[in-house]
Amino acid sequence: MRAADNLPVPRRRRSPTPRWAPYLFVAPYIAVTLAFFAYPFAHAIELAFYQTAGPNARVWVGMGNFRYILSDPDFRTALYNTAVFSVAGTAIMLPASLGLALVLNSGRGRARAWFRLFFFSPSVVGQIFVGIIFAVVLAPDYGLLNRFLQALVGWGLETRWLENSATVMPAIIITNLWLYAGFNMIYFLAALQNVDQNLIEAARIDGAGRWRVFRHITLPAIRPVAIFVLLISTIGSFQLFELPYALMRGTTSPNGPNNSALFIVGYLYDAAYSIGDLGLASAVGWVLALIMLTVSLIQIRLTGASND
Amino acid sequence: MNPVRLTLLAAAAVAAILYAADRRRPRLAGRYARLMVLVFLAAAFLAPFAWITCAAFKDRRALMEYTFLPPLSAWRETINLGNFRKLFEPRTSLQGTIVFWQYLLNSLFLSSAATVIQVFFCSLGGYALAKFRFPGRRTLMLFMAGSLMLPSMLFLAPTYDMLVHIGWIDSYAALLVPSAANAFGIFLFRQAMLSVPNSLIEAARVDGASEFHIYSRIVMPLVQPMTAAFCLIVFMGQWNTFLGPQVFIQSDYKLTVPIILSQYVSQFQEEYGMFLAGTFLSILPIAALFLTLQKEFISELTTSAPRG
Repeated sequence: MRAADNLPVPRRRRSPTPRWAPYLFVAPYIAVTLAFFAYPFAHAIELAFYQTAGPNARVWVGMGNFRYILSDPDFRTALYNTAVFSVAGTAIMLPASLGLALVLNSGRGRARAWFRLFFFSPSVVGQIFVGIIFAVVLAPDYGLLNRFLQALVGWGLETRWLENSATVMPAIIITNLWLYAGFNMIYFLAALQNVDQNLIEAARIDGAGRWRVFRHITLPAIRPVAIFVLLISTIGSFQLFELPYALMRGTTSPNGPNNSALFIVGYLYDAAYSIGDLGLASAVGWVLALIMLTVSLIQIRLTGASND
Repeated sequence: MNPVRLTLLAAAAVAAILYAADRRRPRLAGRYARLMVLVFLAAAFLAPFAWITCAAFKDRRALMEYTFLPPLSAWRETINLGNFRKLFEPRTSLQGTIVFWQYLLNSLFLSSAATVIQVFFCSLGGYALAKFRFPGRRTLMLFMAGSLMLPSMLFLAPTYDMLVHIGWIDSYAALLVPSAANAFGIFLFRQAMLSVPNSLIEAARVDGASEFHIYSRIVMPLVQPMTAAFCLIVFMGQWNTFLGPQVFIQSDYKLTVPIILSQYVSQFQEEYGMFLAGTFLSILPIAALFLTLQKEFISELTTSAPRG
């Protein structure tokens, strides 16, 4: 920006800024938000206390929905699966995407742009499409993953990833990793490019090895971005739905064997869409919102993100 | 010795030779090792795309037999457009016969419409927040940031209930209007418009330009990279979206591609070739758009992250 931009504009020449203009510009947002955010928000509070059969029949049940959810073993399974996916998935996702960024960052030139494009490309494909593809990639006998394992280590051709409750979660985590590692990598890559190169040079001259430079200079410098990626990955994993939905579509059990692919949002979807109880679905929505808020606050506290 | 093991072994052997030959300054070996890591990672990320492209053109027997493509001599019997022919067969539904084109056109229409609508209303809102100081501005921005924290699933049941009562179920308005002006897009445009020099806007005002003229003729051309990135974000998001059309649309002929494909997966469980061909076709437009706009997209993506 030029320096002249910062000088105060002489009073007499200043044209009046129309007072109404900004309000007119945000009016569409406000209108849409009142109708499709504020109203449904209030309505979700109300609905959570009703049991409904579709949109037209409902009875007041007070806290009944919440009592039902908390005592429903299916919800506990969904909560457990979501927690496992969230913790394990994020614990693998963060180092993997940082690793991709580190390998890319050490190279240079045109090749780097190509590899960045390759790693990023899965994340433009929707979860439904990825689920459909991976249901077949993970298939026994002819699936790509099993064929690769067979060629590499000589076993695994018959593994039925999606039909065994022990392997469903790893399968979902692998698919999710393929889908989003390159997306999160972009954030790390941007952060790595902002690390002070002089500091690294100085440490090198002082005899610091690679690991020490990484541990004491790079890592502290990219901390805010790492926390940001941690937060968005966690929030994203609590809302996981379409990927397991599409992955399990072709199998005999849409929620996975022994509900091993049932997540909180899937439970909510079943409540609203299969059972038709909009009240129960709203109550699940509130439980989900509460859990996400709590987890985010704990993460912000523990990582000290509010101090950054 | 199979090709997978052979490749890995050859790569390791070359690394060992380079390392042995260049012991004092293992720079070449290091560079080679890094390149190999990148190449193998890229192969892992791209393999599912390559695999589904091959699968779309293989007949059923060849899908089981060959991992990627059969040898050239067998192409005549195994590589053909049979899967696509099957995909585009007219199918009967409650509303008459439908050909797969219909779903592609629906998705194309919805995604284009959403893009035009959201770019317009979000950029308007972003301009107001970036370049005007008005009472209520801070409150509005806090509210918008807060609204982004709530899980969208909380709104599924109350929105459905509301759409039933205003008669928007089975109408595209239900998919286009609620997201017409959204906090996420407004924030992105605000961020980009902050860097537009105030002097340009002031000068135009002095010259008597209308506020809308300033927005459309001066500010918008200066944030073209963001507009391009946002077009891609919206188009992709709408193309890939599942929940809205799945829950709010009922007539078969109005469905979008992800919905119908997920139905095909459970309906024609054994017809892998057919729904993989459909998935292949549905990824193509997104891939083309992404490859055209990827530079803007990847660079604008990082503006939403904290500075590392």
